[in-house]
Amino acid sequence: MSEPVDLAIIGAGPAGLAAAATAVELGLKTVVLDEQTEPGGQIYRAIESVTAKRSDHLDILGSDYAAGLELAQGFRASGAHYLPQRTVWQIDEERNVFASGPNGVEVIAAKRVLVAVGAMERPVPVPGWELPGVMTCGAVQNMLKGSSLVPEGRVMVVGLGPLLLLIAQQLARAGADVAAVLETAPLGNYAAAMTRLPQALMAPGYIAKGRAILAELRDRGVALRRGVADVRLTGDDRVREIEYRWRGRSRREPVDMALLHQGVVPNANLGMSLRIDHTWDAMQRCFTPNVDDWGNTSTEGILAAGDCSGIGGALVAEWRGRLAALDVARQLESIGAEERDNRAQPVRRDRDRHMLVRPFLDTLYKPRHDSLAPPDADTMVCRCEEVRAGEIRQLTTEQNCPGPNQMKTFVRCGMGPCQGRLCGLTVVELMAECRGVDVSEIGYYRIRPPVKPVTVGELATLEEIDAG
Amino acid sequence: MFKQLPDDNAELVTVIIEEQSVKVPSDYSVAAAVLANWTGPSRTTPVSGAPRGPYCMMGACFDCLMEIDGVPNQQACMIPVAEGMSIRRQDGARGVEI
Ligand SMILES: Cc1cc2nc3c(=O)[nH]c(=O)nc-3n(C[C@H](O)[C@@H](O)[C@H](O)COP(=O)(O)OP(=O)(O)OC[C@H]3O[C@@H](n4cnc5c(N)ncnc54)[C@H](O)[C@@H]3O)c2cc1C
Ligand code: FES
Repeated sequence: MSEPVDLAIIGAGPAGLAAAATAVELGLKTVVLDEQTEPGGQIYRAIESVTAKRSDHLDILGSDYAAGLELAQGFRASGAHYLPQRTVWQIDEERNVFASGPNGVEVIAAKRVLVAVGAMERPVPVPGWELPGVMTCGAVQNMLKGSSLVPEGRVMVVGLGPLLLLIAQQLARAGADVAAVLETAPLGNYAAAMTRLPQALMAPGYIAKGRAILAELRDRGVALRRGVADVRLTGDDRVREIEYRWRGRSRREPVDMALLHQGVVPNANLGMSLRIDHTWDAMQRCFTPNVDDWGNTSTEGILAAGDCSGIGGALVAEWRGRLAALDVARQLESIGAEERDNRAQPVRRDRDRHMLVRPFLDTLYKPRHDSLAPPDADTMVCRCEEVRAGEIRQLTTEQNCPGPNQMKTFVRCGMGPCQGRLCGLTVVELMAECRGVDVSEIGYYRIRPPVKPVTVGELATLEEIDAG
Repeated sequence: MFKQLPDDNAELVTVIIEEQSVKVPSDYSVAAAVLANWTGPSRTTPVSGAPRGPYCMMGACFDCLMEIDGVPNQQACMIPVAEGMSIRRQDGARGVEI
């Protein structure tokens, strides 16, 4: 086995990039593995190519996106060893990191591992969400960033959250025909969020940016319908129509594409496979890993930073990444506790100030209960194994299926290739509702490695690499 | 389903989607190439044969599984296109067991 590196970072988004630059600066031998072809993560996806090859598209994507270049450049200049197109599917107890990529399977031994795998969009189980032509808002934004592709035809943007509005704005700028933004936040959320507004205004920039996006959507003539409910998509080999309730009336309209979004949740599978303790967040409706102020988890030698450690947004992700790197440097004795604390002080201050906006956003964009636990029995819950909401309810109430792991063996939900990423949260919300208990009492699927499918052929290529 | 924004600097590669030869920018993923040249579902499901297309474009949902250069169950949204690549829809075959 080759000499272990000091720090292996999984994920080259803001958290991983910032952590890597800090770690190298403090003298740590650092490797960064990421599934994408370029650094940037979700927010800054393809930032280097867009800036170099199609900089006119930066106007569409906006200044927050363009700002990511600096982070990517800082990372490139740091000298951290970067392994793109590597999917990490297992980290064992000795902190050997297993990844698949263009060279087959590679293993990297590390003294510390930072999990910085970001967030994913929350599943949006509405009738018809499995039809071709129905995609997430983030998916379409990803295509705009990575491939300069814009959805064709009549597009409906449906759901809630800051990203929903940002992406609607980017699509409108890119010339997409955004027929309307259908916001599904319950109208009561607005009143509830108001009490959090003064605190949110202390976090720099967020509220003003939100207002600017709303104003631009209005100027561009994109209708914003608030208080939409009962969304249903219908079609044949692709989506053709959308039905929804708005202002007490049912509506039905033709669509060419429907783009769904209900906020983002931590990308939890890798962390869960490491047996990191997680806690149910009743406000954000997701499981979040338990971390200390530096990102240390309950599993020895494993830290988590960025949106996978709890949703805080891209800037907070960056600062959490730096803090994690500082503590790793202390643990490995490249710096002392005092230097760590001195360096951490301004970073913590920025992080804490920016977190002030979260209670407002979490309250305003808390999904409706029926977006989390679909009332319609035919709604697809597990897309891989085609398990519907009615089956989950029936097994919970009539067969007393005790938990999500037993549900797996009953109907195979969570056993398909996505490993429950797209059904797990819905299954536990449905079970909690049927039992009349909190989701924390239901728990979650037990996630075991490999967290992404690996073939026997890939395993045959297993080789150790010296990341030096 | 998607149209390309003007991009004069794009380098093009030729890929074959279901016998149809198309030119796409070299930094497309396979799923992007398929969505930009949509002729029908990129896969049908093993359970009921229902049509599906890419959904998340970030490697989470596995609804973009396709047959790429003869290998089934490939995550089309995570694989960049390459010159001469053959891309086929995946009919029903069950995803990789894990
Ligand atoms: C689709 C999507 C689009 C978003 N767009 C925006 C936006 O435009 N603006 C905004 O403010 N926020 C956006 N967000 C929110 C996002 O969470 C940001 O706050 C920010 O990107 C978080 O940074 P991060 O470093 O924590 O994670 P990310 O930026 O998500 O980076 C995580 C990285 O880890 C990699 N990764 C994940 N799993 C593995 C694995 N097993 N092996 C190897 N690599 C892995 C991913 O490829 C990714 O590059 C988006 C979120 C999503 C899900
Ligand atoms: S589209 Fe979701 S994994 Fe590829």
